[in-house]
Amino acid sequence: MLPSDPDALVEAALGGDRRALARILTAVENRTPTAEAALRRLYPKAGTAHLVGITGPPGSGKSTLVSAIIATVREGGRAVAVVAVDPSSPITGGALLGDRVRMQSYAGDADVFIRSMAARGHAGGLAPTSTAAAAVLDACGFDLILLETVGTGQSEVEVAAAADTTVVLEAPEMGDEIQASKAGLLEVADIVVVNKGDRPGAGRTASQLRAMLVGSVRAGRVREEAKDDRPRPKEPEVLVTTATTGDGVPELVAALERHREGRPSGADDPARRARAAAQVWSILGDRLRAELEGGTRRIATAAVLDAVAEHALDPFAAADRLLASLRTTDG
Amino acid sequence: MTDVRAAPARPLKVLIAKPGLDGHDRGAKVLARGLRDEGFEVVYTGLRQTPDMVVTAALQEDVDVVGLSILSGAHMTLVPKVCRLLREQGMDDVLVVVGGIIPDDDVAALKEAGVAATFGPGTTIGEVAEFLRSNARPRG
Ligand code: B12
Ligand SMILES: Nc1nc2c(ncn2[C@@H]2O[C@H](COP(=O)(O)OP(=O)(O)O)[C@@H](O)[C@H]2O)c(=O)[nH]1
Ligand SMILES: [Mg+2]
Repeated sequence: MLPSDPDALVEAALGGDRRALARILTAVENRTPTAEAALRRLYPKAGTAHLVGITGPPGSGKSTLVSAIIATVREGGRAVAVVAVDPSSPITGGALLGDRVRMQSYAGDADVFIRSMAARGHAGGLAPTSTAAAAVLDACGFDLILLETVGTGQSEVEVAAAADTTVVLEAPEMGDEIQASKAGLLEVADIVVVNKGDRPGAGRTASQLRAMLVGSVRAGRVREEAKDDRPRPKEPEVLVTTATTGDGVPELVAALERHREGRPSGADDPARRARAAAQVWSILGDRLRAELEGGTRRIATAAVLDAVAEHALDPFAAADRLLASLRTTDG
Repeated sequence: MTDVRAAPARPLKVLIAKPGLDGHDRGAKVLARGLRDEGFEVVYTGLRQTPDMVVTAALQEDVDVVGLSILSGAHMTLVPKVCRLLREQGMDDVLVVVGGIIPDDDVAALKEAGVAATFGPGTTIGEVAEFLRSNARPRG
């Protein structure tokens, strides 16, 4: 039986017990107190893995490519983990997690760990807990962590904040779609991959993308549109792969390495800084809310919310009042 | 990751696997989609899984339920193997159910091996969902 004590679970997971690792990931997904206790111990041990986001339209071959990357990377001996996210039904909360179908299970290889996650209502292509899950895998010694997004489209730029390196997949001969994705996904790409290189038009699509992406960066458009400190694309490399045969995948793995090595370390890395901020603000939001909705403040907080509902108070004044109430010692 | 009350009601997580060389995947797919629509998080493995692959997936995904779909007649060798491997991994608290073409005469032996229930042709999604909700022990 698995220990239920978080410290014992963490010890076991760090010692290579994959079931303990899996159970910690469950706690993280379910946001239980065990998750917080485990993350407090694991976070300081994380930070060395290369987090690679894989995004792109459904059917472009993300899962197949992930599987091909695992095969190539394992030849070099590095431990690889995958977090593959699929959508949750907004109505039932259920999810069909099918990415494993395309990924060989690598059963018997303890250095490959594949985990499916339901998005659980979170938009943006990842689950709300994907970053925390990646930190757990990182602490447990996985050197490369691949985050496969839901793949619903242009809104999935969030992956760029969650990953060190963002790979955007395109399928060949999608002329119109390429124009459409220009404004979204392609802007966050560190590497653009035209997959299904065995299909006609792959080479032409890659040339079009190269011309377009280099042009937009030279014109400075991408940079000027940056609204926050999310990592901005340089001139993304455009590669062609055939995930089903592995063609072009060693070149992709080499490009990932180059991008990893070209990055600043620690807090100087804008992606890491953005990821740190996102995590802290999210926890802080949860804590503020717990403070305001709990204990002696509960009734006063409810009264402020009622006042906003009745338009007796505007939401900004309400927020100011709730913040002020936190400064009083007795609530 | 901190406020427990912010957490949604957690869905049961079910692995639907097709062990062996059996190519009949209609039932498994019907079941996977149906259980999703019943609010389960369903991991589907696809065809041609060895017992080792099924158990690896169950372990990494930390599922509450392992559902095996077998129409090939190979259930008497495949199912006990999966159950034994699950036990070896300490996963005896995972609920195992089997569906497909399972002759009545084999059911007792499968239950002996660790299977909680079997479901044949004509099974409704509602029946399966109800059984899993009342019998699965949620993780951790
Ligand atoms: C359709 C079918 C095919 C299709 C399969 C298409 C596909 N992609 O699935 C094709 C034509 C390809 C096919 C081929 C063959 N078939 Co065929 N096939 C059938 C048939 C007519 C229906 C199966 C089906 O899809 N039912 C509809 C689905 C929705 O029902 P289901 O799978 O039973 O699933 C339900 C329940 O069983 C249960 N369930 C199923 N899985 C699970 C899992 C869990 C966890 C739970 C809780 C419940 C559950 O819930 C589901 C919903 O009600 C059956 C006969 C029959 N009446 O069952 C024969 C049958 C299964 N086939 C049979 C055979 C022999 C073959 C072939 C070997 C024929 C040949 N000689 O070439 C090949 C083998 C193919 C292969 N690679 O494995 C035999 C198997 C005999 C046996 N087991 O002893 C059967 C029983 C026919 C017979 N009476 O002889 N087949
Ligand atoms: N011809 C061809 N098909 C591919 C290639 N990569 C993936 N596919 C197929 O495309 C389909 C979707 O692949 P999948 O990996 O599930 O895409 P995802 O939805 O982006 O994860 C599957 O049928 C794959 O076999 C490729 O390089 N060439
Ligand atoms: Mg996929």
